[in-house]
Parts: sequence; structure tokens; C-alpha cells
Amino acid sequence: MPPARLLTLLPLLLLATGCGSEQSSLHPESPPAHGIATLWWIMLGASTFGLAVIVGILVAAWFRRGSHGRDRPGTLTVIVLGIVTPILVLAALFSYSDIFLIRGTSPPAADAATLKGAVSVHVVGHQFWWEVRYRGNAVTANEIHIPVRTPVVVYVHSDDVIHSFWVPELNRKIDLEPDQVNRVELYADRAGRYRGQCAEFCGLQHAHMGFYVYADPPAVFRRWLARQARPATAAPTALFMSKCSSCHAIRGTAAAAHVGPDLTHVGSRTSLAALTLPNSLVRMEQWLRSPQQVKPGALMPDLNLTTAQVRALARYLESLK
Amino acid sequence: MTTTVADRVERLERQWAERPGVLGWLTTTDHKRVGLLYFWATLVFFGAGGVEALTMRTQLIKPNNSLVGPETFNQLFTVHGMTMIFWFIIPMTTGAFGNYLTPLMVGARDMAFPRMNALSFWIFLASGIFLYIGLFGGFGPDAGWFDYTPLGSRLYDPARNADFYTLSLAFNGMASTLTSANLIVTILKLRAPGMSFNRIPLFCFAMLAASFGLLFALPSLSVDLLFLYLDRNLGFHFFDVAHGGSNFLWQHLFWFFGHPEVYILIVPAFGIATEIIPAFTRRKMLAFPLVAIAELLVVFIGFGVWAHHMFATGLPTTTLVFFAGATSMVVIPSTIQVFAWSMSIFTGTPKFKTPLLFIIGFIVMFVAGGLTGIMFLAIPFDQQMTDTYFVVAHFHYIIFGAAVFPIFGGMYYWFPKVTGKLYFERPGQISFWIIFIGTNLLFFPMHIVGLLGMPRRVYTYPGGLGWTSYNVLESVGGYITGLGILVLFANLVVSYFRGPPSGPDPWHGPTLEWTIPSPPPEYNFATIPTVTSAYANWTDDTPPSLELDVGHKQHVSSLVDGWTAEIADMPHSSPWPILLALALALLFTMLVIDRYMFASIFAVVIALTLLGWHSKEPQEHA
Repeated sequence: MPPARLLTLLPLLLLATGCGSEQSSLHPESPPAHGIATLWWIMLGASTFGLAVIVGILVAAWFRRGSHGRDRPGTLTVIVLGIVTPILVLAALFSYSDIFLIRGTSPPAADAATLKGAVSVHVVGHQFWWEVRYRGNAVTANEIHIPVRTPVVVYVHSDDVIHSFWVPELNRKIDLEPDQVNRVELYADRAGRYRGQCAEFCGLQHAHMGFYVYADPPAVFRRWLARQARPATAAPTALFMSKCSSCHAIRGTAAAAHVGPDLTHVGSRTSLAALTLPNSLVRMEQWLRSPQQVKPGALMPDLNLTTAQVRALARYLESLK
Repeated sequence: MTTTVADRVERLERQWAERPGVLGWLTTTDHKRVGLLYFWATLVFFGAGGVEALTMRTQLIKPNNSLVGPETFNQLFTVHGMTMIFWFIIPMTTGAFGNYLTPLMVGARDMAFPRMNALSFWIFLASGIFLYIGLFGGFGPDAGWFDYTPLGSRLYDPARNADFYTLSLAFNGMASTLTSANLIVTILKLRAPGMSFNRIPLFCFAMLAASFGLLFALPSLSVDLLFLYLDRNLGFHFFDVAHGGSNFLWQHLFWFFGHPEVYILIVPAFGIATEIIPAFTRRKMLAFPLVAIAELLVVFIGFGVWAHHMFATGLPTTTLVFFAGATSMVVIPSTIQVFAWSMSIFTGTPKFKTPLLFIIGFIVMFVAGGLTGIMFLAIPFDQQMTDTYFVVAHFHYIIFGAAVFPIFGGMYYWFPKVTGKLYFERPGQISFWIIFIGTNLLFFPMHIVGLLGMPRRVYTYPGGLGWTSYNVLESVGGYITGLGILVLFANLVVSYFRGPPSGPDPWHGPTLEWTIPSPPPEYNFATIPTVTSAYANWTDDTPPSLELDVGHKQHVSSLVDGWTAEIADMPHSSPWPILLALALALLFTMLVIDRYMFASIFAVVIALTLLGWHSKEPQEHA
């Protein structure tokens, strides 16, 4: 029966919260995510009780099967149980979540954030990857670095269809719209890596549109940001210019297209194709050889490169640290 | 006139006789035959939707599986959603149950507009075939059942997929509109003498609520679909952000339809529950008037909550709080009904036969799904869990638990009425338990994977995030559910051929359909009963009844108190409905392949068919 099942699953849920999965709303690492998770546990408790009451009534009916019942109108019972109870419960839930808790999960007002000079990141959604732009020149893709224990305002919008930016361990999600810039605040209690994923269906490779948020000590973050802001460490090869530069940029060189991710420091990233593959020389070769096999429907076409070309390109790209 | 009962019945038999053979079915306007056609057709679509669901569950049984690719998977989940909502639940509840039972419950001989009724069935069938031609042709809709723009626009969906979406739904919407209008007029105007508002069975109140809901919600969807069609095919810019359009417009128009739609899906099922509960607890529904009002109110309030589907889109906080408040109000009529159902069972004399078991399963799953629904009015929690498997779990508890369970219960309950046979009780109960265990195993773990961060609508997922074992459970639950449904239908099929005869009233049911033979004769009621209670079959007094035995006649009642105001002629079987639906199907086919010249030709054919329809039909006098 469901109540019994709920109870047996409780320890499972608790287990899940403790086992360090990277994308779990039950493993909150920031004040807003904590607030939401706490609200969930309260609501789970109340709901389990509510379900138990109804199941209790039905089970009691089972035990008195065969005995004769009454046929009274019973309107008063229904008014008390069916109108008064929900009003009380709903008022409590509404005030707690939609008046108090919502303050912590809502983004700060736009101008207040800029005035404070807080760290901000601009995230642009693309089919099927994330463009990440910092103030200054730093542009990267599919990974966001933030200083730990510092509020970071993330401005999001979409370059094509609707996506949704979601890092469950840090905060609620926010949609990326093509005709509106939305905001959400990221804050991490602890240094570490947090997984995020597109939550609004966006086409063929919606399933492979992940990203990482790295929360680093402020000094580490500043060093990372300074390195990302620099132009590329090596000039593009002729092969890159002929095969890749119509879509990809390498800052400080002639390659300046913005269809696909900026590759200025691609070698420094931890994943390829929005968390489809971990980044390494071998994986880079695999990706370049047949992107449509790795991520069917991605906008990067198969380039029909020779093995030598794949190897040369991969080596060049991985050198861009 | 001095005639014996046998004479009168013989005359009615002759006057209301249906044409024999296949032609009879193709041209029928008898609400019972139309209802059965709806029943068989929706079952085929239910099977298709089920196969789609099990294919998806098999794809998701392990991480990085490659049974189907993203292209197929996206079409599967889109068409699964569309099928279950528009080609299974709505036509099953309003089309099959509504058509078959409403005239029987209000004491009428047919639906108010019998030919329109047949038309709505043939349109419904054609629209479904249209959709599946798209799917099998590789052009199934693939942007989700709410087809958000810009993903559904020509730029991001360049093939025909989204055209099959817009046109099939617009086509299907016609059928629902016709059925709704028909149900409303039937319930309000064809009631038996004496059936004032407080004596209308709760099932009919539910049909009334769902029909009004459909009539007011569908225009919003139709406009949305028309705009998208124009955007995609004729260069309009309603949703084109680059040219001053708005992609929020699509969402508002869609959900203004889409949320009432949810209640439209489950309210008829509430109606089924409120018929089964009295029959198997031997008591009238607790708080009858409150329940009737709650059925109407749940749909009415449902029109004010649509933006809670958009809590993560970046709407202003004030808007969110308003819609969260409105959403909390819709909980109240639902709780009224939950307590009315469960307390009726508790205070009555319950006999736990298969139909009541399905209603109990329905109450448990509706409460579970309703409680997770309440959680979504907590805006921060909604913003955390929307578009994850938690939502998938929530709405399947509602749609499978609260709509499909009563449909199954209703199939068992009215099986003797429709076939004249009793079903086998033990296999019935076994089918209930398999389905109940299967669906909970299928949908409960979805809550957990959602909380663990699994988004919905992903064709695959990586291992190592703690999702795999729950997905295995879900898939196994899916197979068990499928097995249970097979047991259910096997039981009904065997019962149809081998079941003992049921007689007219095996349950001592409360409403008028149990006063007539099983299966009901073409004319339903030999004499039109006079009604003195909402539970007409439980009332002992035998007031005078109305004898209508000359010609093809139907009484028409006054609106409020339900006394006979006039007598109307009812049409016979007619070839025009199926011809008109065929012409419409050809028109839509031309629209989907951009042949506007041919489309206009078929528009003329439609006009001519309507002319034929409205030319006077010869009346057959006996």
C-alpha cells in the first residue's frame, strides 16, 4: 500500500541525500537550496499524514464490509473536513513558501546587483550548449566558475529556443527566453563542483546539455578569470582556419565566428560537448572524428577529417589551456 | 389510443430499428452505437499510446541506452502525450461514456443532435488517423505536447512535424467541441419529466462541467494552433521574436487551455466515481449538492490558474504569487469531493467488487497526486521541481490514477448494461491489483529521480547520478501495468462470450439506465419515466410516465425544473456525417502538404455536404 511504501522509501531517500550525487535537490549546498529542501521534507511529512488519513478511512471501510451503514446527508462532515482543513493547511503553506521562502530564492533587483559591483555572469543558451561570458573578455562554454560563499548574479537569455538553467544543489531553475533576460542568484556554501542541466525541452540533444559550476576560493577564481580573459596561447593552424573558423572563435586571432563555443581556452575545460564527454586528447579526437555519432543532432556537422587531421586538430585544441 | 404494451414495443422496435450490417454502423446516429464506436476507437489509440510509453520505458531502463535515438524518442513522448489526452481520455470519457450513458441517465432516447454526434465521432477518428499517418511517415510531432515556440516554429522545426501537431489537434478540437455542445444540450434539454437540477445524476453534472470547460478552453488552443500554422506556413510573426512577436503569447494561450484541460480530463472520471460509489455502498452520495457544485467549481476555478505552468519563465513575482493563490483555491472543491467519496464508502454498506476497487485505487492515487500538486503552489519548490520527473510522477498519478482508474472501474460497472453479460469477478479483482501495484511501481520512483535532478523529456541519461535503479523499477512497473491491462481486457472479452446473463439491473444501480433492459433497446425507454429523485431507480413510487410511441419522437424539457415543454422529431441514420468528416480529412491533408488550391476545392465540397445535410430528410411514418 502507498503509505507503507512511502515509509519504506524514506530511508532510501535519506540515503540518496547522503551519497553525494552531483545534481540532487536533496543535497543542497546553498541557503536557497536548503530552504527548498527543508520545505520539501515538511511537505512530505504533511502529505504522508494526509494520505494516511484517507487510506485510513478506506481501510476502516474495508473492515466494516458487510455491516449495515447509514444513509444520512453528511454535509457538515464534508464541510468541516473538505473546506476548513484545506483552508488552514493552504494558508500556512502559502505564507511560508510564497511570502517568506520566496525572498531567498528570487533574484536580486537588477540595478541593486550592479551597484554593489557583485560578480555577475551572463549565460546564453544555444542548441545544445551553454555560452558563459564574464565582464571583461573571458568567454567560456559549459562551465561556470564562481567564487565560493559569494553571491553571483547569473543573467540568462537564449540565442534560439527556450532552455532552462538549473543547478539543483545551488538554487531553483530559471528559463532562458529569447525575448527577455532573466536572473538567478548562485551561491555556494562549499568549494566544489556542482552539476547543472537544461531543464526545458529544447530539441534533439536536450539530454546532453549539461554544465558544471565550479565554486573556488576567491583567489583561485580570480586567477582562473584572468587566465580565461587572455587571448589564445597559440595561433590557429591553417587546418583550423579552413575547417573550424567559420563557426568557432579563438580570441586574439582571425578566427572570430560565434556560431559554436569560443575555443580560446578549450584545453582548460573539463568536458566536451556540454558534458557529453570528459575532456582529454583521446575524447577530443573521438568528438572531431564524428560529432554526429557522439551527439546525434548536435549542430556541429561531421567534417570527414582524415585521421592525421583529427590528430593534429585535437593536439592543437588541447594545447589551448 | 388503446394499445397493449407488446404492441407499443413492437411499434417502437420498427420505428427505431437501425440499418443492418456495416452500412448501419457507418451511417448510425444512435448514441449507443456512436458511443461504442468511440469506445473501440479510443481503445486502439490507448494501445498505441501504451506501446509508445513502454518503448520509452525500455529505452530508459539503463543509462546511455540506444534502443531508440533522440529523433524517435522525441516523437514518442510527444505523440504519447497527445494520444493519451486527446485520443484516449477525452474521447473515452465524453465520447464513449458520455455518449452512451448520458441519454440513458437523463431518460432521453438519443443525444440532442444525433447526426452531429456521429459527425464528432468520424472527425475524431479521422484526426487520429491523420496524426498517426504523420508519425508513421516519420513526421510525428516532436516538440512536446505543449509544443513551445520557438522550438515548434519553422526555423527550429523545419519539416512537417509541427504541422501535423497543429492540424491534428485543431481537427480533433472540432470533435470535442461538437460533443461538448451536444452533451450540454442533452443534459439541459432532454431530461425526463421531473428531473429538476437537484435530481440530475452526478455523472451528468460532471459531463456538464467537462463540456462547458471544453467549450471555453478549446478556442484558446485553436487560436494558438492557427497562429502557429500561419507563422509556419504563411510568414506571419505571432511568435517570431525577431520580428516583434512573443513566445510568451504561445504559452499563455496554450495554458489557458491546458490547465482547464487537466480538470476536463479528470472531472468525468469523478462523475464515474460518484455513480459507482452509491451502487456498491448502498447509500446516496454524501453531501450531494456540495459534490455537484464542486464538480462545476473545479473546472471554473481551473480557468484562473494557468500561469502556474510558467513559474520558471521569469514572470514578475507578483504574478507568480497571484497564480499560486488561485491555485490554492482549486484545492478546496477537490478536497470536498475526496472526503465525500471516502466518507460515503466508510458510512455506507460497502461491497468491494471490482468497480469499487478501482474507485478506491482512484481515490488513493488522486490524493497522492493531489498532494504533490499542492506542493507546486509553493513557488520556490515549483521552480525547483518543474520540468523534472517529479512533475511526470505528479501528473501521471493524476491522469492515470484519477482519470484512467475510474475509466477501468466504469468499464466493469457498465459492462452488464452494455453487453447483457456479467464479467468474471475474481479475474476482475486480480486485474485491479496488478494494475494498482504496477502503476505505483511505475510512477512512484519518478518522484525520487525528479528530486535527484533528472529532467523530463531526456532520451537518455548518464550513469553515476543515482538515477539508474529507480528507472529500472519504473520500467518494470510499466511492464506490470501493461500486463494488468491485458488481464482486464482479456477478462472483458471472455466475459462477453462466456459470461452469465446479467439481467437489466445486476447491481441494483441507482440511476435510470438500470430500469431498462440490457443491452438497451434502440429507443432506450419504451415509456419516458417521470423522475422524483436523483437516484431514480431507488425510488419506490411509480408516477405516471410519458408514452411516446408514434414516429421518431423525443421529449424536450424546460430548462430549470425539467418538465416536458415540447415534443421533437429526431433524425434517422444519415450518410452525411461520415461524408462531411471525410471531406474535412481531405481538407486537412491538403493543408499539411501546402496544396491550398486543393484545400479550397475541398472547402467547397464541405459546403456542398452541409447543403445535403440540411436538405429535408424524408420522415419515416409507421
